Amino acid sequence: MKPMFRRIWGLMYRHLALYRRSWPRMLELAYWPILQMCIWGFTARFLAARMGSPAIMAGAALLGGVLLWEITLRSQMGMSISFLEEMWSRNLGHVFVSPLRPFEMIAALIGMSIIRMLLGVLPAILLAWALYAFNLFTLGPVLVLFFINLMIMGWAVALGVISLVLRHGAGAEPLAWGVLFGLAPFSAVFYPVSVLPAVIQPIALLLPTTHVFEGMRAVLIQDVIRWDHLAAAFGLNLIWLAAAALLFARQFHQARVRGALMSIGE
Amino acid sequence: MANRLLADGVGRPIPTDMNAIQVEKLTKRYGDVLAVDNIDFIAPAGATVGLLGGNGAGKTTTIAMLLGLIVPTSGRISVLGHDMAKDRFAALARMNFSSPYVALPHMLTVMENLRVYGHLYNVPHMDERIGVLARELDLGAILHRPAGQLSAGQKTRVALAKALINKPEVLLLDEPTASLDPDTGDMVRTWLEQYRAESGCTILLASHNMAEVERLCSNVIMLKRGRVVDRGSPDELLARYGRHDLEDVFLDIARDRRQAIVA
Repeated sequence: MKPMFRRIWGLMYRHLALYRRSWPRMLELAYWPILQMCIWGFTARFLAARMGSPAIMAGAALLGGVLLWEITLRSQMGMSISFLEEMWSRNLGHVFVSPLRPFEMIAALIGMSIIRMLLGVLPAILLAWALYAFNLFTLGPVLVLFFINLMIMGWAVALGVISLVLRHGAGAEPLAWGVLFGLAPFSAVFYPVSVLPAVIQPIALLLPTTHVFEGMRAVLIQDVIRWDHLAAAFGLNLIWLAAAALLFARQFHQARVRGALMSIGE
Repeated sequence: MANRLLADGVGRPIPTDMNAIQVEKLTKRYGDVLAVDNIDFIAPAGATVGLLGGNGAGKTTTIAMLLGLIVPTSGRISVLGHDMAKDRFAALARMNFSSPYVALPHMLTVMENLRVYGHLYNVPHMDERIGVLARELDLGAILHRPAGQLSAGQKTRVALAKALINKPEVLLLDEPTASLDPDTGDMVRTWLEQYRAESGCTILLASHNMAEVERLCSNVIMLKRGRVVDRGSPDELLARYGRHDLEDVFLDIARDRRQAIVA
């Protein structure tokens, strides 16, 4: 294995070793996505029973929204919390004086984010199929492109959170759990962008997630793949990720200038 | 090319190519606070150099700059011929560090911790290397115990094993025997002496334990308020201050008694 990949694997191994021995940790990953799925699944079933066919379609969009939003949320939290776990264990002083480059650390965090997201969301996807006969995979191969865009958005936000933790220390930790919820209303997860006030709509369209959810509804309701929305999602993700990477690079350097890397989180 | 002296009083130039660590005009300023003030020193290859000073003297900041954790305000650091401002990762692969104030993940077992750092330092034949360290540092019985459940002495030995996982050519130790009982402290010191003699490793040691410094260090750099206030071998410092142990020399410097004594 090339040294770079071995270093990335080394940091991932540090987190995986914990999951290997701790079933509560594994359970915690799947707990919230399953809970969300149950709440919104029963809500959708109730509406479908009362209102008939239009509500069935709305219910499908609702469940699709819940599951796809969890992908962004779990990707972001998986990356941010893996970084925070290094900080809480006061291990960053050792990590940052090893030959691990900052971009390799980010790659390892992204690797952990993918694993944590899959462990969290896959059980919810299977449960949606078992309980409500909602099969997310009926979206077809385009689902992979939705997944990729949602994960990238999660990583960009996580990089922003990590940058703020580097800048503000432990005070910025709560952002790892809450920041993405603030973007949910603008991402049009459960409703089309057209529902939003006119002044908000341009802001919503700056979010890659908005285009993914518009695309998801187009597939579910009209059976059409909206390539324009997918292209917009990829383009915006590139911009978001580049901006977040620049912010991280700047804050990492500033933390070295301020001497904050050894005492971060204390 | 000759460099300025580690031991100013001796007058014997040390060739640059023999220096594992070379620090020139190093300064670190945090706003109005001058943590490290224009210091110079070298650590010849294979030597153990002590970095001494009271709390706030600048030892930890200096070590953090040597490790690339802190960016200097000005000055230059070279480790094993690598300029730390431009090429720090090449140097970091050949160095290591141990401090009781930086922990290892306490939920991981000792073995898992050592494997993590074995990967990060790209150690060849990692399990073999861990086996050797476990034998030499007496870690066999605790290899599969979580790091968080170890005693202070065991944690120190594990931290030392982590610091030696990559057979470092330069080892930076920040108070390696702090909070250890005399027996464990002596064991660690004996092991460090043995490792340095066998490997030719250069050790930079920050410590408040003057007996430890006298025993391990061939050269000592005394820091006070971020400046180098004296340097030399332990014997030279004892002779210069007319003292019998380094603790008294340390107190003379800390309490500004040097002028009177030298006069």
